[in-house]
Amino acid sequence: MGRVIRNAVRSVQWGMEKTGNVLGFRRRGPTRGTAVADSATAGAPNPGTGPSRHSADERTLSARIEAVAERSDTAAFAELFRHFAPRVRAYLLRGGGDAGQADDVVQDTFATVWRKARLYDRRRATAAAWIFAIARNRRIDVYRRERRPEFDPRDPAFQPDPLPDGERALTAVQRAEAVRKALNTLSEEQRDVLRLAFYEGETYAAIAVRLGIPLGTVKSRARLAFGHLRAALEARREALT
Amino acid sequence: MTIEHHPGDELLLAYGAGTLDEATSLLVATHLALCPRCRRRLDLAESIGGEWMNRTRANGTVDETGIDSAMAFAPEDDEPAGPATAGSGPFLFPQPLRGYAGGDAADLGWRAVGGGIRQVRLKTRGKGAKARLLSIAAGTRVPEHSHGGEELTLVLAGSLYDRGKWYRRGDVDAADASVVHRPAAGPEQDCICLAAADARLKFSGVIPRLLQPLHGF
Repeated sequence: MGRVIRNAVRSVQWGMEKTGNVLGFRRRGPTRGTAVADSATAGAPNPGTGPSRHSADERTLSARIEAVAERSDTAAFAELFRHFAPRVRAYLLRGGGDAGQADDVVQDTFATVWRKARLYDRRRATAAAWIFAIARNRRIDVYRRERRPEFDPRDPAFQPDPLPDGERALTAVQRAEAVRKALNTLSEEQRDVLRLAFYEGETYAAIAVRLGIPLGTVKSRARLAFGHLRAALEARREALT
Repeated sequence: MTIEHHPGDELLLAYGAGTLDEATSLLVATHLALCPRCRRRLDLAESIGGEWMNRTRANGTVDETGIDSAMAFAPEDDEPAGPATAGSGPFLFPQPLRGYAGGDAADLGWRAVGGGIRQVRLKTRGKGAKARLLSIAAGTRVPEHSHGGEELTLVLAGSLYDRGKWYRRGDVDAADASVVHRPAAGPEQDCICLAAADARLKFSGVIPRLLQPLHGF
């Protein structure tokens, strides 16, 4: 348990290093240095390098969810909570809720993590992406009082995946790693659109108003950013084969 | 089934971020149920969300009593056979659409809105687009119209011809506010589709314009 907490602390520190250039919407100057350094590394992917420290942490977190699923492992659950609850809470507060509401949704999110751990699939998502999706859905439910329509893989009308190919050949951890690097190589304009959409939960129309640009421009930045990330995944996949 | 026309990446991204209105989300989620290609893109979108959450500075401390209260709920057993998956199909409407419609195409109370077109309005909450199911008689053309905003149409049965392209099961036809069109159902069978539009349609002809307030079409 001590090791995991240390990992969590390390990740928090890592998060703080990165926070400057990613979340500091108006900040300029020194924070750009980090982005430039990162894009330099991302520009020269080296498939020969072993898994990063980060990936190892991510695999540990995935294993915690599996431990909850397989044997209702309460210690593993407590570790997930300590690692993710503060991040989920920060995400909710960014999205404009008050602290009481955020605490309720954090609680809700982790009750869902506990109950639905069996549905977690490490091939599809890292622990962070899976918990993000749960928190996002709970946020829609509670903050907007709307339902979140989702497909159901158990539904007989669901069209199952064909044999694994392309992007699917990457593990979720490799994909997250590629995304992490590629996010730092996006233009600031594109990154801002992703940040406002994912992190602040703003619609494209609201982003257009906030940035004072046409809606069409916001959408095209979103498309370009997504295209860039998909190209980065493709490059990563090719480097591995 | 080969899907040729997918929702734009900006829509998949916004669905992943959770910023689409409920009606548009319903359409995207129903497409995703039919489209493994777009589900891979959703995985990517959600990994962006996860990455953003990882970059977050932990905000204050979270009360650890939350750990025990979250675990107070019993873990969910395997596949609950709830109404969500009741019945065995084959279904025309995948989830989540079947749940929103309250059944499959044959179970619904379709209302004729004139011109060989029948519809079922779907209940979604919040602001933004409205969702409805349309059944267009084989070979029928929809009266010429434009949109106050974007209209998305997901074909579920039959085929739809619009601006030089054919749309079949799983395909999404997107028309923005600048488009004036009159899509037509293919001749082989009635075309059933799910439409999400963020404003009322504007018909070009006089007669449909007169009918509009009566039918709410």
